[in-house]
Amino acid sequence: MLVSWKWLHDYISVDEDIVEYCNKMIMSGSNLETCKKVGDGIEGVLVGKIEKIEKHPNADKLVICQLNLGSENSAGDPEFTQIVTGADNVFEGAIVPVAVSGSKIPGPLHGAPAKDGGVEIKSGELRGVLSDGMLCSATELGFDDKVAPMASKDGIWILGDEFADKLGLKLVDALDIEDYTIDFEITPNRPDCLSMIGMARETKATFGKELHMPETDVKNADSDSKPEDFVSVEVNSDDCLRYTARVIKNVKMAQSPWWMQQRLMAAGMRPINVIVDITNFVMLEYGQPLHAFDVRSIEGGKIIVEHAENNEVFVTLDGKERKLDSSMLMIKDAEKSIAIAGVMGGMNSEIEVDTKTVILESACFNADNVRATSKKLGLRTEASSRYEKGVDPNLAITAANRFCHLVEMLGVGNVVDGNVDVYRVPKVSKPVNVRAARINKVLGTEITAGEMIEIFNSLECDSKLIEGEAEDKDAVICVYPPTVRQDLEAEVDFVEEVARIYGYDNLPMEIPKSNTMPKVTESWKLRKMARNTLTAIGMNEIQTISFGSPSDLDKVNIDEDGIERAFVKIINPLGEDTSILRTILLPDMMQVLSLNYSRSIERVQAFEIGTTFLKNFIEEGGLPYEDFNICLGSYGEGEDFFKMKSRVETLLFELGIKNPIFEAESEYAPYHPGRCARVSVKAENGEEVELAIMGQVHPDVADNYGIDAEVYAAELMLGPIEEFSNREIKYKKPAKFPGTSRDIALTVDENITAGEIMNVIEEDPDEIFKRAEIFDIYRGKQVDNNKKSVAIRLFYGHDEKTLKDEEVTTVHRTILSRLADKLNASLREQ
Amino acid sequence: MLENLKAIREEAISLIKESKNLRECEDARIAMLGKKGKVTEILKNMKSLSVEEKKVMGKETNLLKKEIENFINEKKAELAANEKAKKLESEALDVTEPAPKMRIGAKHLITTVIDEVVDIFTDMGYEIVEGPLVDTVFNTFDGLNSPPNHPSRDMTDTFYISKDNVLRPHTSSVEIRTLQNREAPFKIVSPGRCFRCDTPDATHSPMFHQIEGMIVDEGITMAHLKGTLDYMAKKLFGAETKTKFRPHHFPFTEPSAEMDVSCFKCGGKGCSMCKGSGWIEILGCGMTHPNVHGVGNIDTEKYTGFAFGMGVERIAMLKYGIDDIRYFYENDMRFNEQFK
Repeated sequence: MLVSWKWLHDYISVDEDIVEYCNKMIMSGSNLETCKKVGDGIEGVLVGKIEKIEKHPNADKLVICQLNLGSENSAGDPEFTQIVTGADNVFEGAIVPVAVSGSKIPGPLHGAPAKDGGVEIKSGELRGVLSDGMLCSATELGFDDKVAPMASKDGIWILGDEFADKLGLKLVDALDIEDYTIDFEITPNRPDCLSMIGMARETKATFGKELHMPETDVKNADSDSKPEDFVSVEVNSDDCLRYTARVIKNVKMAQSPWWMQQRLMAAGMRPINVIVDITNFVMLEYGQPLHAFDVRSIEGGKIIVEHAENNEVFVTLDGKERKLDSSMLMIKDAEKSIAIAGVMGGMNSEIEVDTKTVILESACFNADNVRATSKKLGLRTEASSRYEKGVDPNLAITAANRFCHLVEMLGVGNVVDGNVDVYRVPKVSKPVNVRAARINKVLGTEITAGEMIEIFNSLECDSKLIEGEAEDKDAVICVYPPTVRQDLEAEVDFVEEVARIYGYDNLPMEIPKSNTMPKVTESWKLRKMARNTLTAIGMNEIQTISFGSPSDLDKVNIDEDGIERAFVKIINPLGEDTSILRTILLPDMMQVLSLNYSRSIERVQAFEIGTTFLKNFIEEGGLPYEDFNICLGSYGEGEDFFKMKSRVETLLFELGIKNPIFEAESEYAPYHPGRCARVSVKAENGEEVELAIMGQVHPDVADNYGIDAEVYAAELMLGPIEEFSNREIKYKKPAKFPGTSRDIALTVDENITAGEIMNVIEEDPDEIFKRAEIFDIYRGKQVDNNKKSVAIRLFYGHDEKTLKDEEVTTVHRTILSRLADKLNASLREQ
Repeated sequence: MLENLKAIREEAISLIKESKNLRECEDARIAMLGKKGKVTEILKNMKSLSVEEKKVMGKETNLLKKEIENFINEKKAELAANEKAKKLESEALDVTEPAPKMRIGAKHLITTVIDEVVDIFTDMGYEIVEGPLVDTVFNTFDGLNSPPNHPSRDMTDTFYISKDNVLRPHTSSVEIRTLQNREAPFKIVSPGRCFRCDTPDATHSPMFHQIEGMIVDEGITMAHLKGTLDYMAKKLFGAETKTKFRPHHFPFTEPSAEMDVSCFKCGGKGCSMCKGSGWIEILGCGMTHPNVHGVGNIDTEKYTGFAFGMGVERIAMLKYGIDDIRYFYENDMRFNEQFK
């Protein structure tokens, strides 16, 4: 809501300066976006009259104007200033802003943006003819293009004849331009503040000043005729809460006076003609939209408010065809639609230059209906944006009267006495009982009922004590909010009113006593541990957006029937590439690796901990299954399968999974068929539960992401990890008796896995067998083709004694012969 | 004989003095005190002497032996020290040569900011509670007292996956879940992802993070809200930080407020970061609306409470002067690695 500082003073006087005013308004609840000075950068620009226009001898598009700036020569004859212009809206007799040589205007000028301090205008020659300055458009003087008066749009600003006696005066003084425009941020609960009077009311409550309401009386109404002679109103829908109409005869179309234009422009509206300007002016004053129809276009003298026909086509004032449906409320005459209720009038009933009789509509429509219509049509107007938030139906007559008052005052028509008013269910103020004790309890204050009543009265809420005394802090007050304040319905609403007028700054500050214990969930704890572990081993955390696309799944080779395709679709996505919720993190990891690869980052080690989503199979319409996954990804020098495996093992160990099982997986298509492992853990019932999948990303997938390097990745599921996590520490005394170790080298077929070897070693373990470690695997000249030599260190020990050589040898031999039998391994003891 | 001893002494001293290393020093010891050493020889040859002579000679010889031993030990210590010094000298390194890199990864800046804020609240006894990212329309709107036609419910604002389920546009949905599952009193803090239909640009992202907080207890007042959030601001932005609470409107709180903090770049004087105002808007908050408490069947006469919500990206951007929100989700390692 744009509020002109000057205009505001029409309703209330404020002693504070603009800065102080803004600060106090912010603290009483009217936050503001900006506060701009109007008229900055205009220096030495004068009011002038074009006395004569001649063709330019050397240019078709230019004309030479002789400007009367009120100066005379010594003989007393008028002395003109010559200015060349290319604007085509100038005419002899026009009064215009003249930037004489040496003056300054703020710009924008000739396509260059506005400049701080303005641009100096100098005399010059235009195609060989002297131009002693320039004629200005409203835009060049710092006004927004969209508020430049209609008559001066895209041309020189044509000032009204009311300035004929101001020739030679400074424009800034003649037009009284200097002002501030405050852009207040109006919250959706306060549609009453979308008006000058609404903001004046807030000013009143904040500064405790008197409010002067505008005059609405009509002194010389024409009582020879009555509105019903021109129009009858029939309301056929509950979506119309009230419809009033007044009639103005003998309308004289003209430009509205500068004071009105200036106020409209400050509020962001373009002056058009006096009748339209008054409707807009009153709407800005009261927040009540008005609409003027030309009586000639109202067939049968009838206004009927009812819903549109399905598929009806209607041309709105802006010249656009609109397709309607039966939910939309329309204003019709006996034959046709003439306006979309609360949104926009029709081309067919527009006010014309020769309009003689005007039917003024001041109505109230259902907010939801206007909102829905405006949204469906993609058409938002000053009127619809007010109606959709809710307009007080009790304003209709007052606003119509104010319109008539202004018509009479400006002498642009004769007001017909009386009005038509269809108002079935008048809105009345509903009283609310407010307990002072409750307010003090919520605010932590000791405000008396008397002080509260003062606050309510400053907000134009009539209130009276119904229990207790004014000096009590626990009295009960009955408050009657004005109907314009739709947000005041219950006691709680008045807590806020007291708080903001009393001042949030005046409330004390305390820390509540703590009687609760901090707690975190296991999942949160595990994620924190994972993050700490992974960053400690050199990996960077990434975060990517939870959206995905089915094509992402194609890109990482997910099977047609993969579980990853049980995704949740977004009904209204921003685009196809963000149309589903991701089921795995791998595609986003690949995308990040790809981005870094394309930017020549040599090596990346990254991880993401993120939510994945799966469709709810059990409950139709139920919430999706959400779980956390941890995805690791890497490429670059030093990266290989075992580096990634080591990270997975380290991470799982930290998360309390001490004995994960790695098994070759050749069927999972995102990964290299020979370099992929499923990681699981054995449940108590012996079943293997999957925790993760890891390996080298399939070269085709890497290729899909434009990465010409080996990429390694892993994706872990936090759900099952949490289930099997055991981080309990069982202390054991360090062994007193030193153990011993024996190394063996085992030559086996290439297809015997390290896992199988370890399984054979660890099966049926003897008391003195502690553990075994593979420390080298050799393939090459020293062993046959398709064979490998595996070097293993076996550890033996006893908690209560030092082992004798023979004891170790016995157990060691058993293990060796088991290896020979089961794996056909040839052994070489070292 | 005594003359002889004197000569031996002299010889020994010069031998020891001249020895250049431990080996030569040991050779000197052997030449004097070894089995066939000169001093040993004298002791051996004393049989022929008289008792008196033996007594004198024995004493003198032993004294000499002691003296030589001391001498040798001193010399040895000196030589050992020299040798050690030489060895150390030879081991000197160019300490400016590069060391092998030990990489430590960086947490994502969003994680770091969330941890910082959440820690402040857990220190005050708040519990961390999380909710699903897809939640019901009831938990995200109805329960929060949002009017049925509030624009935030529109498909142009909120992502829907069905008529009744949405991608939560704020973390406030966790308040409703907690109110339904908990008995008062409680204090929770709830960080997490949120989604809104915003086309990505420098200041908008369809996904972002919020941190929600809520307290329900007897005797909670707006003074507690101000005190708690003022404390948080001071912990997060520095002890000299000032706060300002401005009235605002949210459907789920009444009274509602927005909190500004004094600009942490200019300290409140006004600069480009705070657009000259000296203040930066940080969060929205308010006293929880009784209708919201009602969802959890909380006795609204007995219990009061406050709630707040803040945008994580905004805080991170302000704190580090990041001018484009898209950096967070692009994950260029040169960006991510800076926040270690």
